[in-house]
Amino acid sequence: MIIHISHDLQRAIAEQLEATYPNEGGGFLLGKGEADQMQIVDIVQVDNVFAEAEQHHRYAMRPQDWMRLEDMADARGLSLVGYYHSHPDSPSVPSEYDREHALPNFVYIITAVLMARANDMRAWQLRPDRSAFDELDMAARGVLAE
Amino acid sequence: MAKIRIPTPLRAFTDGEASIEVAGGTVGEALSNLVEQHPDLRAHLFNDSELRSFVNIFLDDEDIRFMQGLDTEIAGDDSLRIIPSIAGGNPPRSPHSIGGKTLVSEET
Repeated sequence: MIIHISHDLQRAIAEQLEATYPNEGGGFLLGKGEADQMQIVDIVQVDNVFAEAEQHHRYAMRPQDWMRLEDMADARGLSLVGYYHSHPDSPSVPSEYDREHALPNFVYIITAVLMARANDMRAWQLRPDRSAFDELDMAARGVLAE
Repeated sequence: MAKIRIPTPLRAFTDGEASIEVAGGTVGEALSNLVEQHPDLRAHLFNDSELRSFVNIFLDDEDIRFMQGLDTEIAGDDSLRIIPSIAGGNPPRSPHSIGGKTLVSEET
């Protein structure tokens, strides 16, 4: 699958996650797509509600945020297609914790934020058997280097 | 029969249907019937016989964990909703290279 996400949205994600550094931040991805192409149309920042002392390496949303955003996406003719979060001072690859809390058919964009600078952004998807993530192609990847 | 609303990523396992009608007098029975109809859902909702920790079931606007859990009784016109708790986290830190710089940090 190829993920299409504009430079503006990538930059918006990066700026949000740099602002939450050294804690993790995140939000939802709204979009539309077919089996092998996904267009990210909008992002929605969602507060990290994990215990504050753990937010440097953990991120969580309220279930009510999912309900609200899924309804909003439906109303806009879009779908809740994924979510993004940061890995402060760690690589943009899924952790075991990410895998345990993931669903298939959902795009996971992870941004490494190194010393308060968004450094790398990569997209992943959980395999249907939950065994591992596969990396997805991101069209127009690389805006963070600009 | 009660209706169960399926979260977007799991609709691939219900032939694209957002809402499934299921029989059952309790939430647990309804979910058992749901995964019987759509077996590929099971691995993503349950870990053995327990609901996965990030899977929440809402009856109307109330989390069943604050009711009687899977034993919560439901009526034929009730609406259930499966809501994932999105969560993520850093991997344990170890010496690695990122962005051309090598980081060496303790496990968090």
